Amino acid sequence: MKFLLRISAITFKEFRQLSRDRLTFGMVVMIPLIQLLLFGYAINNNIRNINAGLLDQSDSSTSRIIIDTVKATQVVNIIEQYFSIADAEAAITKGNVRAVLVLPRDLPQRVANPADDRALGQWIVDGSDNIVSSALLGLARMPIAPLQQGTGNTVSATFDTVLYFNPERRTPVNIVPGLLAVILTMTMILFTATAIVREKERGNLELLITTPIRSFELMLGKIIPYILIGLVQMFIILTLGHFVFDVPINGQPLQIVSATLLFIAASLTLGLLISTVALTQLQAMQMTVFVLLPSILLSGFLFPYEGMPKPAQMIAEGLPATHFVRMIRGVVLRDASLTDMQGDTLFLVAFTVVGMILATLKFRKSLD
Amino acid sequence: MTNAAIDASGLTRRFGSYTAVDHLDLHIPRGCIYGFLGPNGSGKSTSIRLLTGLLTPDEGTVNILGLQLPRQAEELRGRIGYMTQKFSLFGDLTLQENLQFIARIYGLPRKGIKARIADLLERYDLTRQSKQLADTLSGGQKQRLALAAATIHNPELLFLDEPTSAVDPENRRDFWEKLFDLSDAGTTILVSTHYMDEAERCHYLAILETGRKRADDTPQNLMQNMSANVVEISGNSLRRLKQQLLLTPDVISVAQQGIRLRVLVDKGHTDPLSWLRAECPASLNDYQLAVVRPSLEDVFVMSTGAHR
Repeated sequence: MKFLLRISAITFKEFRQLSRDRLTFGMVVMIPLIQLLLFGYAINNNIRNINAGLLDQSDSSTSRIIIDTVKATQVVNIIEQYFSIADAEAAITKGNVRAVLVLPRDLPQRVANPADDRALGQWIVDGSDNIVSSALLGLARMPIAPLQQGTGNTVSATFDTVLYFNPERRTPVNIVPGLLAVILTMTMILFTATAIVREKERGNLELLITTPIRSFELMLGKIIPYILIGLVQMFIILTLGHFVFDVPINGQPLQIVSATLLFIAASLTLGLLISTVALTQLQAMQMTVFVLLPSILLSGFLFPYEGMPKPAQMIAEGLPATHFVRMIRGVVLRDASLTDMQGDTLFLVAFTVVGMILATLKFRKSLD
Repeated sequence: MTNAAIDASGLTRRFGSYTAVDHLDLHIPRGCIYGFLGPNGSGKSTSIRLLTGLLTPDEGTVNILGLQLPRQAEELRGRIGYMTQKFSLFGDLTLQENLQFIARIYGLPRKGIKARIADLLERYDLTRQSKQLADTLSGGQKQRLALAAATIHNPELLFLDEPTSAVDPENRRDFWEKLFDLSDAGTTILVSTHYMDEAERCHYLAILETGRKRADDTPQNLMQNMSANVVEISGNSLRRLKQQLLLTPDVISVAQQGIRLRVLVDKGHTDPLSWLRAECPASLNDYQLAVVRPSLEDVFVMSTGAHR
């Protein structure tokens, strides 16, 4: 039975070490707990409250009935109103709304003559997220009860639907730009975090901090190589996406690179922050996973932001990946520019600046 | 004042309830080799880290090369060199690359770097290994590389934390030759060690124990001024005799060295040999007794609690 004693001695020692390493211990509990809670709620493909706009050219009592009926479905949440098609399209490009309902000038006539079999209105839909666009496509055949009384089952569609940006509803168009966000999150955070922690582990840092190098010089010097690595990854993903999966690259190269650089900067900053907290490479990796999982599941990469409950959306708003998924889809698929997506741009800039300051303060050049 | 490389008073550092360095006063003149001698855990490494600005003292003032720590720590960096106890260069870079990196960090002029590295590799006998990864070096070679890196910018003051704890005696002697060369060129060197032979080479020596300085002077003065006489006893059944001697009052310590016992007797007894023969409970008639010159180890035993 001696071998059992030896095994138990090892097991006991491991547990003891684990309990000393409070961060790892915390991660053992927190990773499943928090992630499960978050994603149990967040993964919800019954989408409600999609932000939508309205272009009501008829401005009649009929149009108001239709709008009320559409609102009553709770699938869309009409937040903006436009007066021209150009304004409506611009709003979709900017990402303010996912869809616009256009009600034509001759709406009352269309309602009066159901036999003509003409749709009452048209949905212009941003097709860059398939789950969102299918929810909107579901509205095409919705009955407008107050107007269609007595006509029985209408065979024809209530609304026409036009899908912008991804008319064939192909998944890669949606997935590839989002994948860029996930892959960059993973590599950028992990690389920087472990690169610095490795030097801590090997004792290199003790030497470095007696030299004249300043904290921010060390930080900056460390992350510059990874900026280049990030750009190479971007190039690989988008090139493959374009030529293999036929993903349209509608955006300007300069805008795509700028958006990616912003996100790389934010991710590297996060990696640096992790490295100032983690003492071992294992801890750094665990913290990376802790950020990575919500970045995959909450960022809108797999499941649309609209489908998440409020608390999950609030957490998603705090993740750089959420903002980048929005930006890169906007820039790559809808030819939006960074100024069109000011909110997301500003978030990434602010995140980087604040994170950099925190990391530099936290990484004091001493062993205290 | 201007003559001192290191001036510290009341230097104290605590880790929780444990006091690693306890009111340490130091005055280290420029150009000398100053040794910290002490057992493990005596506060040698912590003292060095306090003096290099790696740690902030809880109490006390430190003045290094005329600069106040920790306020002027950054200004000091370019003027000191530090060789860590553990090898801290990059194992996955070659010697050449390691030295290039350190040279650039210290902002050496670009033009001079190549010549400086070639010179250092030559001086520390590493030219043949210059393209080798640092991880593949032997213990002695790693030590020499670390010294080369720590002196690449010609520091005025060099800190060495147990530099030779991992190398054989021959490499240790070579290493000290290099230190004397540096000292000769005007570099002040502070070195910590737990080897007596190494401590004896220092110009000045501080004996540390549990964070306190027990004694400091030149090794010669320390040995001369020791408050005990050393008596060597040779004969048979030394283990039993040792127990008997320890019962004698004023016998401070008894240590066996091969076929001899080394006995420290309080200096108050002017004729330690006759005193010992009279006082020892066992008869010493069958033994040869002789008063011998104190060694640094005796000083160490006297200064620290090792005899208690």
